[in-house]
Amino acid sequence: MGAVLRNPKVWIALVCLLPLVRLIVLGGSGGLGANPIEFITRSTGTWTLVGLMVTLMVTPLRRLTGRADLIRYRRMLGLFTFFYAGLHFVTYIWLDQFFDPAAIAKDIIKRPFITIGFSAFVLLIPLAATSTHAMMRRLGRRWQQLHRLVYLIALLGVIHYLWLVKKDLTEPLIYGAVLAVLLALRLPWCVTWLQTARSRFAPARYQVGKAGAHGAGSAQ
Amino acid sequence: MPIHQANDILPSEITPPDIYRERRRFMQGLGVLAAGAALSAAPDVEAGVKLAGVRASAYKLDEDKTPYKDVTTYNNFYEFGTGKGDPAENAGSLKTRPWTVAIEGEVSNPGIYDIDTLLKLAPLEERVYRMRCVEGWSMVIPWAGFPLREIIRRAEPTGNAKYVEFVTLNDPRQMPGQRSRVLDWPYVEGLRLDEAMHPLTLLAVGLYGEVLPNQNGAPIRLVAPWKYGFKSAKSIAKIRFVEKPPLTAWMRAAPREFGFYSNVNPQVDHPRWSQAKERRIGEFFKRDTLMFNGYGAQVAGLYRGMDLKKFF
Repeated sequence: MGAVLRNPKVWIALVCLLPLVRLIVLGGSGGLGANPIEFITRSTGTWTLVGLMVTLMVTPLRRLTGRADLIRYRRMLGLFTFFYAGLHFVTYIWLDQFFDPAAIAKDIIKRPFITIGFSAFVLLIPLAATSTHAMMRRLGRRWQQLHRLVYLIALLGVIHYLWLVKKDLTEPLIYGAVLAVLLALRLPWCVTWLQTARSRFAPARYQVGKAGAHGAGSAQ
Repeated sequence: MPIHQANDILPSEITPPDIYRERRRFMQGLGVLAAGAALSAAPDVEAGVKLAGVRASAYKLDEDKTPYKDVTTYNNFYEFGTGKGDPAENAGSLKTRPWTVAIEGEVSNPGIYDIDTLLKLAPLEERVYRMRCVEGWSMVIPWAGFPLREIIRRAEPTGNAKYVEFVTLNDPRQMPGQRSRVLDWPYVEGLRLDEAMHPLTLLAVGLYGEVLPNQNGAPIRLVAPWKYGFKSAKSIAKIRFVEKPPLTAWMRAAPREFGFYSNVNPQVDHPRWSQAKERRIGEFFKRDTLMFNGYGAQVAGLYRGMDLKKFF
């Protein structure tokens, strides 16, 4: 038991489940407001975007802190992101469109924000499917290339949000700005800067090489 | 008489919004919100106070009314924020007394009416109307008010009056949402004169037989039930009779997406989403949206011969 509680993965998983627990608790107590289905759709969409941002934060954070072991948590964050994207998608298919294939097909073709959101979800599927160690080994170099799709997915996610709001663009633009920073931190110049910052302000207590066991996902 | 006396409150006398909200939450926690709100205005014009002499009318619906709580906590009123819970949260800062409505423009009898005079202008009646938001949700709401035509008749429009423009109060001190540039304030809406004269077109001052809550457009708002909700201007400060179609706030913000007419029409989609169905608040399955929101028998004649795809 003690070993389980000392494993950060357990704690991270519990935190990742909080948005779902919140929805269940609110749903049980009538706290989802006048339009519960809209609430659930928005909430699962929001947490998908947050999940994407947090997952994309792992690599810059590793470079900044020198804590290579952070990579261990990236897969779980990515899979939780996929989980919330799945809930978001199911909410749309079931609670918004009631499994009406004709209406869904029309929506996907005709509504640019649905087209974009749907594409982002479809692109997430191969990433989730290839998240195992076995798949990493099997795909080798191509695994990394494939998983670079997440940059495009995050961008599509932000555009999906941007195109659905009626007028107030504040929130989608905040996600856009965060994503822009996260992507910029991957430019060669910024990578150097992050590493310099680390060596100057926080002499490395952890060595990047330490997480070698998870080498397949270490460079991004 | 000026509509607002700009300098009658010292900035130091205004409670900062943070403290205000904190205080408000505290009050809500105690369940004495009504008592708390009564401190800020005369008790006889507060939301929740019964309106005297509201008559029943023929405008009823065989559909379940949306619960009071949903009508008053889930709506759009960008003057108090863009979230649908924001109006209920923030509209406490709106002062509905004293309040005047200016009648101006192409009329023989322009003037500035005090709200309490307006309330006695015509008998109040209860009208249960469908409300369809352009975003795809709908409600059934029992309003209390009187037909707009009662005011128009008294104002006596001149031959030049072809349109009626409604202007919402513009005062960022009372309407915190106006501090953001999300729309070009003040909020402006408009109707063609014959639409404004239509017997369905209501000036509402009450909800569920009680004084209209601030978040729903107190003290006086328009209700044109066959049009998308945003056409029904809230907290009206000015009614102007004009010759040209007014440039409404939403047309200014997104001319491709919002037309002047904005009649509920399941066949004409919003450029970014479908208008064929709607979610009635409180229901699980979506329902089909009705042409003119189900008021076609009364209003279709206003648009005879018009291409409703073009005049959306």
